[in-house]
Amino acid sequence: MKLQLHFVFLSLLLSSTALGAVELSGNISAQSRLFFSDPIDPDQHNHYPGFALEPEIYQQWDDNRQRLTLAAFYRYDQYDDARTHADIRELAWLGMFDQWDVTVGISKVFWGVTESQHLVDIINQTDLVENIDGEEKLGQPMLRFSTAQDWGILDAFILPGFRERTFAGPEGRPRPALIIDTDNATYESSDRDNHIDYAVRWLGLFDEIELGLSYFSGTGRDPESFQLINNELVPHYVLIKQVGIDLLAIVEAWTWKLEMISRTSSAQTYQAMTGGFEYTLYGIFDSPSDLGIVIEYLYDDRGELASSPFQNDLTTALRFGLNDIQSSEVLLGVISDLDHSITAGFIEASRRIGDSIKITLEARTFSHTAADRPLHDFRRDDFIQADLAWYF
Amino acid sequence: MNIPATAVLLLIFSPLTVFNVIAETAEEKGLAIAVEADRRENGFSDSTADMTMELRNQQGDTSVREIRVKTLEVANDGDKSLSIFDQPADIKGTAFLTFSHALEPDEQWLYLPSLKRVKRINSKNKSGPFMGSEFAYEDIASQEVAKYSYKYLRDETLNGIDCFVIERYPAYEHSGYTRQVGWINKAEYRPEKIVFYDRKNSLLKTLTYSGYKKYLDQYWRADQMLMENHQNGKSTLMTWKNYQFRTGLDEGDFNHNSLKRAK
Repeated sequence: MKLQLHFVFLSLLLSSTALGAVELSGNISAQSRLFFSDPIDPDQHNHYPGFALEPEIYQQWDDNRQRLTLAAFYRYDQYDDARTHADIRELAWLGMFDQWDVTVGISKVFWGVTESQHLVDIINQTDLVENIDGEEKLGQPMLRFSTAQDWGILDAFILPGFRERTFAGPEGRPRPALIIDTDNATYESSDRDNHIDYAVRWLGLFDEIELGLSYFSGTGRDPESFQLINNELVPHYVLIKQVGIDLLAIVEAWTWKLEMISRTSSAQTYQAMTGGFEYTLYGIFDSPSDLGIVIEYLYDDRGELASSPFQNDLTTALRFGLNDIQSSEVLLGVISDLDHSITAGFIEASRRIGDSIKITLEARTFSHTAADRPLHDFRRDDFIQADLAWYF
Repeated sequence: MNIPATAVLLLIFSPLTVFNVIAETAEEKGLAIAVEADRRENGFSDSTADMTMELRNQQGDTSVREIRVKTLEVANDGDKSLSIFDQPADIKGTAFLTFSHALEPDEQWLYLPSLKRVKRINSKNKSGPFMGSEFAYEDIASQEVAKYSYKYLRDETLNGIDCFVIERYPAYEHSGYTRQVGWINKAEYRPEKIVFYDRKNSLLKTLTYSGYKKYLDQYWRADQMLMENHQNGKSTLMTWKNYQFRTGLDEGDFNHNSLKRAK
């Protein structure tokens, strides 16, 4: 046994020297987040400086049929101890065989087609404290089998271990009025965060139409409810079964998109959808610039009881791509609640400086928030954020 | 060289073969040149190459893109290609998968490595710039005979090379051009220069090929392609290195999964 282990180490060592250097890439970024109004809670602040590191190491061997990837993430926030966090985004072996790709380890997966929210995308937990737009994800331990065939692409997952959602801490901002206690989360499953989840997805490609069908069985990524204990909210994660459909259709210059889910837990069954289109105008103002228009409708049949603020909302966004040397881009838009006059606005702009520096500006506003709606707690949390990142 | 190719086509399609060969129209001669150029490109099977694009603006600022390109020849259709970006560093790992077609719109997907997202691109408009360069998507797409109609203009010597000068008109929708004028090397049927005219038929761009090398004793590839935009003063120099042919790529190297694992 001992001899075998030595042999494994030796062959690993030999193979890595035979392959030469490992590839290192990633970025280091400084961030400054500035709030326009004084906070609701005096523990909060108006200016949050911080920085982040995102290194990635990657090595391939066996004529690029096997590879190992390590992608780490660290965020430092001067005030929010919950936002100061580290995560392994990826630590996985990928083997590419004749018909199957096999992934073993921590990895990230994206499902879906819409822009304003990602209902179907359920494999990875949201790193909400990193960005409230929900686009940042935590690494998920997985065993994944994937095959691309004439009849479509099939992915099957075994997901051991559950990652809790991240939430802002007491000094963090923006955050709900009540602090979320991430240390004492409760679970429906007696295995708590060790429940093994399963998922499968099929994606069919039919020229101008793409159809995805997915099924997930396990602990839902968003807390179904919160319990108020000692004036803090304790998240409760329940077992769910979710069926997802995502559909994309290209009709002339229009790209139509639809995502629908039906989710069942022991307490409820509900449906939610996001649907809309993207339309791009090229060469506007006699320049090489593009203007993309994105309009999406967001619906949740739980209505006012929905855990998400998007129960009957409309997203309207414009995306300018300047197509210049610096790859300058601006995305701006509003999410309007059609039942109330609540409006959340956002701007994201980025531009490269030189060859390896990128500056990103992001601003979010929350207006006309009704007292009984989730976004009301963010009423004084309009902010602008600048990131300066160096890529290597 | 062009006459027999035309004759073969006309034997199939016209009972008035002999008459037509004698009175070949400018359109027929233009098409025949394109057919012969396409025939000489057949059979390369697959290729890989490293490409750099140097983008230069009016002020003389430059920026470099490094891209690895894999191409698979598809019989009776446009080629499949996978392009992987290495530079600039902030878009490292971004990849494009394209299934090009003659008259049907191309199918195109973009892979965003930070989000692990594969995004379908609406490729109806082919006139958009490729990665901020002066090359439009339609300029770098695989060149199929059926994508254009043709007209032979004249013979002309360009930098000491005997050329056919032909004009071609995009047959697909949403092109950024009314016409292109190409100088085709008479001996090798390869383009030496192409001049592009915009939708208003004004002079837009000139593409110049240089440093041609012959691979597998048959296929000519230019080491450099310079695209100069006469309207905005910008230019892009595309440089190709490490061309390899018949490397054994197949359909399985050009799908969603190969796009997601592109590194």
